Amino acid sequence: MDWTELIFKTIFLIIIFTVTLIVAMYSTYGERKVAAFMQDRRGPNRAGPFGLLQPLADGLKMFMKEEIIPLTANKKLFIIGPSIAMTTALLTGVVIPWGGSVTIGGRIFSLQVADLNIGILYVFAMVSIGVYGIMIGGWASNNKYALLGAIRAASQMISYELAMGMSIIALVLTTGSLSLHEIVSQQHGMHWNIFYQPLGFFIFLICAFAETNRAPFDLPECETELIGGYHTEYSSMKLGFYLFAEYINMFISSAVIATLYFGGYNMPFIDQLGLSMNTATFIGTFFFFLKIFSMIFLFMWIRWTLPRFRYDQLMNMGWKGLIPLAMFNILATGIYYFFTELK
Amino acid sequence: MVFLFYLLSAIMIICALLVVFSKSPINNVIYLIVCFLAMAGHYILLNAQFLAVVHVIVYTGAIMVLFLFVIMLLNLNKAIILRKSTVTRVSAVITGGIFFLVLLAATRQTFEIHAKYPFASDFGLVSGIGKVLFNEFLLPFEMSSILFISAMVGALMFGKKDV
Repeated sequence: MDWTELIFKTIFLIIIFTVTLIVAMYSTYGERKVAAFMQDRRGPNRAGPFGLLQPLADGLKMFMKEEIIPLTANKKLFIIGPSIAMTTALLTGVVIPWGGSVTIGGRIFSLQVADLNIGILYVFAMVSIGVYGIMIGGWASNNKYALLGAIRAASQMISYELAMGMSIIALVLTTGSLSLHEIVSQQHGMHWNIFYQPLGFFIFLICAFAETNRAPFDLPECETELIGGYHTEYSSMKLGFYLFAEYINMFISSAVIATLYFGGYNMPFIDQLGLSMNTATFIGTFFFFLKIFSMIFLFMWIRWTLPRFRYDQLMNMGWKGLIPLAMFNILATGIYYFFTELK
Repeated sequence: MVFLFYLLSAIMIICALLVVFSKSPINNVIYLIVCFLAMAGHYILLNAQFLAVVHVIVYTGAIMVLFLFVIMLLNLNKAIILRKSTVTRVSAVITGGIFFLVLLAATRQTFEIHAKYPFASDFGLVSGIGKVLFNEFLLPFEMSSILFISAMVGALMFGKKDV
C-alpha cells in the first residue's frame, strides 16, 4: 500500500466516521418524526425549521447534564461499558462497500476501507463483542434492574446470533464468498440476493432487530418492567453513548442488510445510462443510502406498530422457530445447488 | 510487524497473569477476554484471518459471554480468598510443574514443524482451510460435528424437566 492509497483511505475513514455519526444523530430526529406520524402528532418542530436542530439541542443537553456515578457502582467498569458499546458500533463500518470505485487524478480508489476476505464474519464478530458493552455496564451499575437488563441482553443476543449465523451460511452457499465487496459485485444487474434467499432474508431481518435491541425485541431496556434496563443508572453523555450506539447499530445493520440482500450500491439500468465512472459511483452510493434509509424507516415503522414480546415468547421464537427454519433454509439451498450446480 | 508481535504478546502475558492473580471473578473474566482478543491479533499477524475471526466469534463472543453470564447470575462480585490445605497446595504445584514440562516439550517440537511447512500467503484464508478440512481431514471433521450434535442434544436433555 503506497502513500496516496493510505491518504485516501484515511480521509475516507474520517468521512465514513462523520457520516455514521450524522446519520445516527438524525435517526433520533427521524424516529420522533416517524413516531409522530404514526400517532397522528406533529413531532419536534420548535428547534430550527421543521425541528431540524433538535438532535443538536439533545446532544448539548446530554453533555451539559450532571454526571452521576453511583456510590456502590464499580467505577472503572461503569465507564468502560458505554465505551465498548460505542467503539464496537463504530468499528463495523469499515468493511461495508459504500460505493464502487472513483478515479482521482488517473488513479482508481475503491470506496471501501478494508476489503477483508472474511467481511461478513468480521461484522458478526464485532456484533458479538458489542454485547459486552451492555453486560459490563449493566453489571457495574450494581442495580437489580440493570443486572436483569444485562442478562436479558446477553441471552437474547446469544440466542439470535445462532439463527443469524445460519441465515448467513445459506447466503454464503449462494454467493460462494465471504467478502462483502465480492457479494455486492455478484448482485450486479438486479441479481439481488433477496430473490435467491427470501427465507434467509426474513430470518436475518428478525435477528437484526433482536441484535440491535430494537422493538419488538427491546426487552433489555423494557421500561414497563425494568425502569430503563441496563442503562437505568446512567446519566449524561454515558447514557448518550448507549442510546447513540443503538442508533449507530441500526444504521450499520441497515447497511449490512442492504449490502447482503438488496445489491448494495447496485442500481437497475446503470449500464444502459452510459455514465462516466465517477458519476455512476456517485449515483450508486446515493442509491445505497436510499436503501439504507428505507431499512431504517422499516426499523422505526415496526417499533411504533408492534407491541413488545414477552420474554418466554422471545426465547421460544429464537430457539424453536428461527433456528429450525434457518437449518431448513441451509438444507434447501444445499440441495438446490447440489442438483443444479449453478455455481 | 515485530513491534505488533511484542505488543500483543505483552498484553497477552500481562492479562494471563492478571487472570490468575486478580481476586475478583468478574475481573478475571474480563482479563481473559482481553487475552483472547490479543490472541486473535496474533492469528491475524500469521495471516490466519478466518481463524482470528472465528476465534473472536466463538471464544470471545459466545463462550466468555456465558462465563460472564454465570458469574453475574451467581452474583460473585466479592473477592474470594481460597484457603486450601498444605496437601492440596503441594499437589497443585507438582501438577502445574508437570503440565509446564509437557508444554515445553510440545513447543520444542514446533521448531521442526515450522521448517517443514513454509509460510504461504493464502495459508489462513477460507478457501484454503475449507479444502484442507474437506479433503485431508474429512473424517475427523465429520466426527467432531457428530460429537457437537450429540453434546447439544445432551445439553437439551439435561435442561428438560420431565424426560
